Amino acid sequence: MTSTNDIETKVIAIVCEQLDVKAEDVNPSKTFTDDLGADSLAIVELVLAFEEAFGLKIPDAEVDSIKTVGNAIDYIKKNAGRAS
Amino acid sequence: MTEQAHANAAAVNGSSLASLSLAGRVALVTGASRGIGRAVARTLAARGAAVAVNYSQREDAARELCEQIASEGGKAVAVGFDVSDPAAVDAGVAQVIAALGGLHILVNNAGVSIDALLLRANPDDFSRLLDINLKGAFNCSKAAARHLLRARADGRIINISSVVGEQGNAGQAMYAAAKAGLLGLTKSLARELASRGVTVNAVTPGFIDTDMTAAALHGEAREALLKQIPLARIGRPEEVAEAVAFLASNAASYITGHVLRVNGGLLI
Repeated sequence: MTSTNDIETKVIAIVCEQLDVKAEDVNPSKTFTDDLGADSLAIVELVLAFEEAFGLKIPDAEVDSIKTVGNAIDYIKKNAGRAS
Repeated sequence: MTEQAHANAAAVNGSSLASLSLAGRVALVTGASRGIGRAVARTLAARGAAVAVNYSQREDAARELCEQIASEGGKAVAVGFDVSDPAAVDAGVAQVIAALGGLHILVNNAGVSIDALLLRANPDDFSRLLDINLKGAFNCSKAAARHLLRARADGRIINISSVVGEQGNAGQAMYAAAKAGLLGLTKSLARELASRGVTVNAVTPGFIDTDMTAAALHGEAREALLKQIPLARIGRPEEVAEAVAFLASNAASYITGHVLRVNGGLLI
């Protein structure tokens, strides 16, 4: 069972790796596209990385509402471990 | 034969032929139990790729091909799924990953031909053609995408279209439409995946000696066709496989969105 702090740390680590940004540049208020420079393909790859790391599936409809790092952390906290 | 295969591999790896080597790569070839797909699977394996031989019905032929590849010093596993079924495709790709540890090269070869003049054409046949020949490639590309993207500049999609998709053929309107559709898919995916180094190309074979054309190439029809082909013969599946193996390799690393014709000059 992943604690909520672990989730936040893990999400930020994945964001840094996928978007090639430094941890100090990442906080929950940052948007993936405007702030962190993710193009559409990067968003897809980021979602896949979250799915694999946390054992869940993020439906396309939900992906659209995940605009910031904080959105991702909140979604994963709510759904982690509930694989499809 | 195995000794020769090892010698060939050594020669390739230790020379300027290294750019043609597929050592360390995993390839999935759909519809590989016979015809062009079979030749592609054998050639990719001979160049060093571990090959997933997909079939939909011919399990025995697929397994026999895997054994043949093994006896020639290569590695291959048979993976059965219907390309027109997205769920089956997802499961099949997962099976490939589990068995071979990754996926770098996808060859969308599975296809059927249903010929009819327009007035006698059956819309259900058209749906089937589109489902297998065009959506099949779409389904497999989608399922494989995450793995191909991870492969970065080693990632390859090669779609087997047809000369008929480029120039049409009376009596093959439905088949031609599906095969032409593959070209639009190829070019779009080439643009979409290029930022990660994955290349996407199409091969358009002319008339090739396989089960699909065997029935159509008799007597007068065959003679009329040969007159249109500058090289005056039908092609061998291995000749198409060579084009696919080239596109799959590092030698073709700057080629994407291309339609590579293998047709003996039938269409120039």
